[in-house]
Amino acid sequence: MSFYGLVDGSQASLKKYLAALSGVDQTGADARAAMLATRSIKITSKRWAIDTAISMVDLTTLEGADTPGKVQALCAKAVRPDPTDSSVPSVGAVCVYNDMVAVARKHLDLIGGAHVGVAAVSTAFPSGRASMPVKIQDTQDALDAGASEIDMVIDRGAFLSGDYIGVFNEIVQIRELCGSRAHLKVIFETGELVTYDNVRKASFLAMAAGADFIKTSTGKVAPAATAPVVLVMLEAVRDFYQMTQTRIGVKPAGGIRNTKDAIKQLVLVNETAGPEWLTPALFRIGASALLNDLLMQRMKLDDGYYASPQYVTID
Amino acid sequence: MSNRIDVKKTYKLFINGAFPRTESGRTYEIKNAKGGFIANPCLASRKDLKDAVVAARAAQSGWNKASAYNKGQILYRIAEMLEGRRAQFVDEIVGVTGVTKAKADKEVIDSVDRLVWYAGWSDKLSSLSGALNPVAGPYYNFTVPESMGVIAAIAPEMPSLLGLIDSIAPIIVGGNTVVVLASTKAPLSAMSFAEVIATSDVPAGVINILTGKKDEIAPWMASHMDIDGFDISGLGAKSHGAVRIAGAENLKRIYSFKSADPGRILAFLENKTVWHPIGL
Amino acid sequence: METPVSFDYAPAPESRSLVSIKPKYGHFIGGKFVAGSKHFPTINPATEEVLSQIALAGKADVDAAVKAARKAYTSTWSKMSGKERGKYLFRIARIMQERAREFAVLETLDNGKPIRESRDVDVPLAAAHFFYHAGWADKLEFAGLGTSTKPHGVAGQIIPWNFPLLMLAWKVAPALATGNTVVLKPAESTSLTALLFAEVCQLAELPAGVVNIVTGDGSTGALIVNHPGIDKIAFTGSTEVGKIIARAIAPTHKSVTLELGGKAANIIFEDAAIDEAIEGIVDGIFFNQGHVCCAGSRLILQENIADEVLTKLKKRMAQIRVGDPMDKNTDLGAINSKEQLLKIRELSASGDAEGAQRWSAPCDLPAKGYWFAPTIFTGVTQSHRIVREEIFGPVLSVLTFRTPREAIDKANNTPFGLSAGIWSEKGSRILWASQQLRAGVIWANTFNKFDPTSPFGGYKESGWGREGGRHGLSAYLKGVGHE
Repeated sequence: MSFYGLVDGSQASLKKYLAALSGVDQTGADARAAMLATRSIKITSKRWAIDTAISMVDLTTLEGADTPGKVQALCAKAVRPDPTDSSVPSVGAVCVYNDMVAVARKHLDLIGGAHVGVAAVSTAFPSGRASMPVKIQDTQDALDAGASEIDMVIDRGAFLSGDYIGVFNEIVQIRELCGSRAHLKVIFETGELVTYDNVRKASFLAMAAGADFIKTSTGKVAPAATAPVVLVMLEAVRDFYQMTQTRIGVKPAGGIRNTKDAIKQLVLVNETAGPEWLTPALFRIGASALLNDLLMQRMKLDDGYYASPQYVTID
Repeated sequence: MSNRIDVKKTYKLFINGAFPRTESGRTYEIKNAKGGFIANPCLASRKDLKDAVVAARAAQSGWNKASAYNKGQILYRIAEMLEGRRAQFVDEIVGVTGVTKAKADKEVIDSVDRLVWYAGWSDKLSSLSGALNPVAGPYYNFTVPESMGVIAAIAPEMPSLLGLIDSIAPIIVGGNTVVVLASTKAPLSAMSFAEVIATSDVPAGVINILTGKKDEIAPWMASHMDIDGFDISGLGAKSHGAVRIAGAENLKRIYSFKSADPGRILAFLENKTVWHPIGL
Repeated sequence: METPVSFDYAPAPESRSLVSIKPKYGHFIGGKFVAGSKHFPTINPATEEVLSQIALAGKADVDAAVKAARKAYTSTWSKMSGKERGKYLFRIARIMQERAREFAVLETLDNGKPIRESRDVDVPLAAAHFFYHAGWADKLEFAGLGTSTKPHGVAGQIIPWNFPLLMLAWKVAPALATGNTVVLKPAESTSLTALLFAEVCQLAELPAGVVNIVTGDGSTGALIVNHPGIDKIAFTGSTEVGKIIARAIAPTHKSVTLELGGKAANIIFEDAAIDEAIEGIVDGIFFNQGHVCCAGSRLILQENIADEVLTKLKKRMAQIRVGDPMDKNTDLGAINSKEQLLKIRELSASGDAEGAQRWSAPCDLPAKGYWFAPTIFTGVTQSHRIVREEIFGPVLSVLTFRTPREAIDKANNTPFGLSAGIWSEKGSRILWASQQLRAGVIWANTFNKFDPTSPFGGYKESGWGREGGRHGLSAYLKGVGHE
């Protein structure tokens, strides 16, 4: 692989590439994200924004208690979020553990959801604490079961200990494994990387290693997809595009629970990476409860009065 | 012995650590209290002032950079040197002003003690005028006093030595450099004090002393655009208005003081406030 | 799914119905509104609509105001304990908070600044100034300003149009806390929030005459400056007028503080956090349309990152939303007056004439009102007028440097010394640069931040004295430091 000509795969070149990155001032990034949160969008754009947000949702269940029944219900919701309104778009993908990928794929195909992807969390999700052969096998299982998107976690321990080349090589190997079969999303678990400097560094590392998407969090660690973290990642994909003419996607996951949060995310995308990123191909939101709030807000736009949870399906 | 002809001193200016004559060649006559001739000190010109300001400006950043500890030690060193030459200063004060020896001695002792007092302020100014400001946000914010630059001063006529020290020490203790016009009628102790300074580790240009006429020099000081502040304590009140008007051209900080207190030091310090975010 | 052409922000206009503007205003003297004789219009600079008629105070009005202030000082305010004075200030702070939205809307209508700024910056900070100073009123002996602190008496205060209410707060709060009474004149083009503040004084039951507000132009200001019944002058405005005031009061015993102009350098070192630096550059020069005395109007870029920064800056500038100040999404509002717009145009034209390259962000400017697109000039040198003179508008001049020493020398190469910015991720360099810069406020890795606890004011020709913090109190107390 060429790594966009940015690094040659050696530790030295990776170190140099990462050392050239500018730092991030936390207070400044927080202030910028807070300022963008005050934007309000047009009612006419709001309908579009809600539908866009729905189409960007990676509808997620990642529980020890997941069963085929639960996953099938999720798939039904993913394909037709509002059974009473066929104008509501399907979500981007369902996101499950790899043992549920086959169930999800089969059920989606069964109910007319062939266009909805199945994302599998991988590489010893959520901690990433396993040997590389296990991580490869984990990913291979998911691919074999029909996953079209792989959401891998990075080894945060390796990253924090400075073993950037170790993290890089893991991503490169998983990328090779995915080949053309699946999109690769790389999860940083920004709540464990802690600093925005680390988030920026991880973003550039993952992008050079071949990530199609960079993703904030597993949803298992707080804080997760805070606005400033997403801002820093959007700045990274914007700058990476300047360097390579390649657009990398961004996926915030965890903590985005209502329409207001989702629209704030879209504003961040619009003003930071630019409107080219306002598509499910380049922006996804990992969420579960968010979808119903989007549906309720959509109903409110249609009817003019506030909706009740009674009128949206729980799964 | 009694037939010996004394060697009289030629009183010159003190600019940039050297003792030049006035470039104008002008002098004026100083007589003792009984009307007898004592000396011909220089009548400083506008160009002498200019040279002194150039020297003071050149010396300022280096003096400002010296640690507060170092500045305090140098001021204390001046006191030490003055202490050692007390008798000479007493004689000069008595000779020029006609005061009693006891009174002159007190002025010299007070001058030494005043220098010691100012010396001790050098490393306490930020405690006096600094602040850590609790702003409402994730910022570290502090205010520190800083030197203002080149300060001019008109020393009072009397007491000629103690007044001169009050016109020099509070200005330089915070990192400024000074161009001071000494007492017109009693400039001799000022010029002898320059000799004390010259032997006290004070860097050249930090203290510059002129002798001459207030009404001539003060307007030039007031209008000089490279002078940042002006102590007019020694200038007659009726001239203050005109000097302040001239000084407004570069918004010179112009003050007059009645006593020696820390406010005299702070008046010629700026306060700088620095903000920096706090974050990971 | 249909994709709209663009992701449009709503015109999210703040409701104007929050404020009622009278067709005509008088002065506030001795606790009452009194009719003026002559009037002049105040307009909304975003629409050129006449909002109201403002009274032009003449000699008789200023005399009456000074008399009322003197009477209040002698009979009431100087006799009141600091504890009680403080409680009035607390009351004022609270009422301002309660009526914050009203103040914000009125400020935006009269001044042209974006509602986001009047709502999030001007008004909350104004209330905070009263709250902060209220606490000082009964603690002055602990301010480290000497043991015999006494107020001057009657303070004459003249404030500018760029932060009308906030500058009022900066002036009135410390004056009252220290026991002075005031005669305040708001700027000619922005009197409305001061007049609403007068109502707040009434609601707070502030003793009559403690705060007097006379409206008018420069001629009214001159009457205040030269009034023999005034003990202290506080002025915020141009260096030019500051010098006139300094000369006017020179022969008198009046004490004076001046907050004047600036031409702040905003220095970006190669190791800066670039994205935050870009935001800092934007905040530095485009906050409040650049109508800020401490605006970072000189961008001083390390040469090896100049291209990268300028590319990013232009991209960011293109996103600045220029237009209706009442729209909550607006970033850059209207230029405050036609006169100011002409000044900005004239100085910008000098940039063109002197060979600089002008670049303005592409934006649609409204047909009515006074507008100027966010603009930068590159290819400028220290000798260009646009680098030397305060522009007080959304216009940035860009210089480059090779070494830290050169950056500092360029930054300090001005008679002004109000503020400066430093962007670097290296702590020792920030501290070095902040020591070297000759300016009263240094923002390192941030810009245009204000707080009542933080002293604000300039070196050199940017003024005399500080406002805010305990340093600001000294301006309103006699015998602090010098006579």
